[in-house]
Amino acid sequence: MLTLLFDGVAYGMLLFILSIGLAVTLGLMNFINLAHGAFAMAGGYTTVLLMQHAGLPFLLCVPLAFVFTALLGAVMEATLYRRMYNKPHLDQVLFSIGLTFMAVAGVDYFVGSTQQLVQLPEFLKGRTELWDGALGMGHYRLAIIAVCVVLTLELQLLLVRTRFGSQLRAAVDNQRVAAGLGIDVNKVFLLTFAVGSGLAGLGGALGAEVLGLDPIFPFKFMIYFLIVVAVGGTSGLTGPLLAALLLGIADVAGEYYIPKLGAFIVYSLMIVILLWRPQGLFSRGGK
Amino acid sequence: MNRSALSLSLAAKPRWWEFALWAFLLSLPLLLPTHALLISEITVIALFAMSLDLILGYSGILSLGHAAFFGMGAYSAALFAKHINPDPLLGLAVATSVTALLGAICSLGILRGSDLTRLMVTLGVALILQELANKLDFITGGADGLQGVVMGPVLGQFEFDLMGQTAAWYTLSTTLAVFLLLRQVVVSPFGFSLQAIRDNALRAQAIGIPVYARLIAAYTLAAALAGMAGGLQAQTTGFASLDVFGFDRSADVLLMLVIGGTGWLWGGIVGAVVFKSLHSIISAWTPQYWTFWLGLFLVLLMLVGRARLIRPWTWGRRA
Repeated sequence: MLTLLFDGVAYGMLLFILSIGLAVTLGLMNFINLAHGAFAMAGGYTTVLLMQHAGLPFLLCVPLAFVFTALLGAVMEATLYRRMYNKPHLDQVLFSIGLTFMAVAGVDYFVGSTQQLVQLPEFLKGRTELWDGALGMGHYRLAIIAVCVVLTLELQLLLVRTRFGSQLRAAVDNQRVAAGLGIDVNKVFLLTFAVGSGLAGLGGALGAEVLGLDPIFPFKFMIYFLIVVAVGGTSGLTGPLLAALLLGIADVAGEYYIPKLGAFIVYSLMIVILLWRPQGLFSRGGK
Repeated sequence: MNRSALSLSLAAKPRWWEFALWAFLLSLPLLLPTHALLISEITVIALFAMSLDLILGYSGILSLGHAAFFGMGAYSAALFAKHINPDPLLGLAVATSVTALLGAICSLGILRGSDLTRLMVTLGVALILQELANKLDFITGGADGLQGVVMGPVLGQFEFDLMGQTAAWYTLSTTLAVFLLLRQVVVSPFGFSLQAIRDNALRAQAIGIPVYARLIAAYTLAAALAGMAGGLQAQTTGFASLDVFGFDRSADVLLMLVIGGTGWLWGGIVGAVVFKSLHSIISAWTPQYWTFWLGLFLVLLMLVGRARLIRPWTWGRRA
């Protein structure tokens, strides 16, 4: 029981890191980016390929995945995404689906369609049992939780305490007024998009072992990222965090107790929540 | 006749080329008898795209889960034919009504919230149905699909043949009937009120249009027609499998409609033909990776702008 809860929390934290970039893109640019999963996949594959071909250790590959995906995000933002901000949602959805199709086929072409395995270092492989096995914690999952908690705190500090954070919040609240106050909104967008993509890449790298990594990753998890954002709302970190934890725990528990219904529970729960609070569970109210 | 009634009747009047085009389409199974199966396949997705146009193009509802209704129609038609009655028209009526009911229920979900919420709810419904069809394998055959569906003759006269002649006629005439119905719908006051809601829901409400009721009606109708398309597919292929609910199908139909043009009844038909042709050309060249080129096409199309696709001379200008 506790083990399930633990696994659910680890899964939820991972989902949070994976989706927070999407929440920001949506809240800041009002852009529905269905290609977010492709960035996560890019991070995962960076790790796997670096480990397999360059022989780098896992712990070095994960930060590299962040850097690479953030750069990729920055380039994409400046060249492609920026042109799409003012288009209707339909165009944005089709544009990002198109990008995802390209990413999926591209990875399939260059790397192959098989599931990729990540060799974890020895010290992350063990498992600790507490209270006569009532709570079994995989060390890797423990590490995931630790990393994600640290990241969440950092993000919160970045948002609340720094100059960049206040500029970002100003731009989210009202883009035009923020620009009028002399904030370089384009630069804020670019940096935010890069960090968001980088976090997705980091999540993909960390999650490769837990979630599995193959070319259809972006489509498999797209709905999960979207659930986190739609249920959690886009105002602040707390909403998506709680939504991600809820989703992670519900999914793990559902898989365990009622495997026949599996994903069914998660989707139904999402629809009910969205019918009840269309703006998300933790939104600040009508906008 | 007052002026508004006159303008409505003018808009409803078919152009001469539409008669010609329909005559041409209806004669296709005779002209290309070896491609009859392909013709009925394209006709089915054209009907599916037309149903999406009613909610996307005319009412402005963004849906990523329209395949939910297609799949529901396919499974209802297949199950009805297998267990109750093999008559195609009766089966089609059943599939359409079942899906209309589902659409009416689901329409409550798309009334509130933003584009994102609608996107999630529509996508979620399709995924739930896919899960259900997968897990209820004692009814639906699960991942193997529902096999052994044998249809009776259409109108008691025309047996489905292996070459697909009957199937092509059957789907074409059904689609023509729907097309005529929809053209009446979109030029009716009802259709115009939908477009008013699409353009500005708040103002539409202010001039006395019952927004929710209209959206529910439009969504239900679109769902019913998508179900009809699904039913046609199951009946003509004698098979229903999980992929009828797939995300790919919802995305593809969205793409077709965008290629053909939204808010225009011919859009679905044009889009289906262009999409299928593109598909067969590219996948003959690179079968495994054709989605890459599809994606590239989508990205470029969106960067250039949908409206400018059919006007190449404007490509160089800035939007």
